[in-house]
Amino acid sequence: MSDVAVVLEGITKSFGDVEALRGVDLTVPRGSVLGVLGPNGAGKTTAVRILATLLRPTSGTAYVEGHDVVRDAAAVRRLIGLTGQATALVDELTGRENLVMVGRLHHLPKTEAESRAAALLEQFDLVDAADRTAKTYSGGMRRRLDLAASLVGQPKVLFLDEPTTGLDPRSRIAMWDVIRDLVREGTTLLLTTQYLDEADELADNIVVFDRGKVIAEGTSDALKDRVGGDVVAFSVASAAAATQAVDAVANVGDGAPVVSGLDVSVAVGSRGSEALLDVVRRLDAAKVTVTGLGIRRPSLDDVFLALTGHVAEEESA
Amino acid sequence: MSELTWAVADTWVMAKRNLTVWLRVPAYLVFTVVQPTIFTLLFRYVFGGAIHADVPGGYVNYLLPGIIGQTAAFASFATAISLAVEVQKGVIDRMRAMPMARSAFLGGRLLADVVRMTITILVIVGVGYAVGFRFHGGFGRAVAMVALAIVLGAAVCCISATIGLWLKDEESTQAFGMIWMFPLTFVSSAFVPVSSMPGWLQAFAVNQPITHVVNAMRALALGLPLHDDLWLSAVWLTGIFVVFAPLAVRVYKRVS
Ligand SMILES: Nc1ncnc2c1ncn2[C@@H]1O[C@H](COP(=O)(O)OP(=O)(O)OP(=O)(O)O)[C@@H](O)[C@H]1O
Ligand SMILES: [Mg+2]
Repeated sequence: MSDVAVVLEGITKSFGDVEALRGVDLTVPRGSVLGVLGPNGAGKTTAVRILATLLRPTSGTAYVEGHDVVRDAAAVRRLIGLTGQATALVDELTGRENLVMVGRLHHLPKTEAESRAAALLEQFDLVDAADRTAKTYSGGMRRRLDLAASLVGQPKVLFLDEPTTGLDPRSRIAMWDVIRDLVREGTTLLLTTQYLDEADELADNIVVFDRGKVIAEGTSDALKDRVGGDVVAFSVASAAAATQAVDAVANVGDGAPVVSGLDVSVAVGSRGSEALLDVVRRLDAAKVTVTGLGIRRPSLDDVFLALTGHVAEEESA
Repeated sequence: MSELTWAVADTWVMAKRNLTVWLRVPAYLVFTVVQPTIFTLLFRYVFGGAIHADVPGGYVNYLLPGIIGQTAAFASFATAISLAVEVQKGVIDRMRAMPMARSAFLGGRLLADVVRMTITILVIVGVGYAVGFRFHGGFGRAVAMVALAIVLGAAVCCISATIGLWLKDEESTQAFGMIWMFPLTFVSSAFVPVSSMPGWLQAFAVNQPITHVVNAMRALALGLPLHDDLWLSAVWLTGIFVVFAPLAVRVYKRVS
């Protein structure tokens, strides 16, 4: 199992009557990114807290780099970095002071803690704000500083709990770039998110949590295939053109094309581009003019809906 | 380095961090310096005239050890509140997921609070001297009085830390602190002789720890006989440490 960085086996966790996790199994191969996707209350944070040695599971075992998170918690803490759902900064300290302090608590010598802090401030584009108190930082800067703090100890395995919640779209994309760089350096990453596009962007593998259980797992593409794959869609100008178009592309998709008003869609499984070309050729041959022609990939929202019967944003409790 | 050396180093890092925060928030400085000064002046000049205290030097000498004891106990308010805030903000999560010594988070908090308390006590002694207070038992006993006040403050810090970590919420911690801290410090011999209270209240006032500690402090400061107050204080304070220090650590380890 030397290529596996994180393992959860039959993990359950109850808080009184609340069963936050109800038997979770998952593995994260070393150097890969696992996206844990789920609505509010699905148990994502609970799973992360168990892996970060902050909570004991009610039953089951969990390992980080081969170390049991309960029996060998001290060894686990030396290998991990954690960025919680809330930023864990000391507001009255400057960005630099926050990082140096964390370095000292990782038992780096003073000069090393300082140079590590300087390097991280550089990497996270915080040099200009380095000597201002964290209180004065914007939401995006706080998130970056918080992430930087979890990297001071050069963790082998990094846990990020909803790293972009509350950020504006630009800051989110900047955060994604930062995370991608980390992954390129070989860090194993477990990332929780409620944003379906985020898991899609960053994760090699995705597990979907719902009410304390893993209800689906696989690559983003594999999950999308479970909902029925790609759709080629276009619009036409009149009902007559619609009929013509349906006749032209009748044999391209899986089953008959679907017409809804002036919109036509053809389910094409995983043969997206190839099917698109085919549709274009046939429409051209039949001299049908169309607009808005393209492939629509099912979003993870579609996946979530198909898997759980409710939409992701809904409170599941 | 050994585990113990690391624990000391980590505690020091945490204490320094807490003291830096304290120095940077004007409100905290006001609480630790201005508020006790106002209390001293208020009791000395507003209530003091109406209170009769039978000690050498009059009420101001009676008052000062009481104010110092009360301030030391109240200093733990800040302990409880900052711990609650750090649980709320998830700072504790980060600390507990790091390879630092498990004892350092609370140890650093306690160490910083002891430093803070010492400064406050010295300020009160200074203000006291300006308004007529004088030590009468010699330098050694004066130092012993200050030390006893600090031990009292540290003991109360352990109780407050447990409460703060347990409630995990700034407002409730503050409200709860009022509920037990005010009766404990005011229904004691800190500001008025307990003989002036009604009998049912006296029964509580005479036998509670703050009274014993403040009486011992007063005896040390003014060169009076200690009676049973010093050993009773020692028993109470040891008891509080034995119960609440491990409890605070336990709550810290389990907090979620
Ligand atoms: N300390 C706790 N005490 C009691 N119940 C808890 C505790 N922590 C979590 N829970 C409950 O466990 C369930 C799972 O919570 P968890 O925080 O793991 O969800 P999540 O997937 O991270 O949700 P979110 O997207 O809102 O962060 C919820 O019902 C929550 O109320
Ligand atoms: Mg969560």
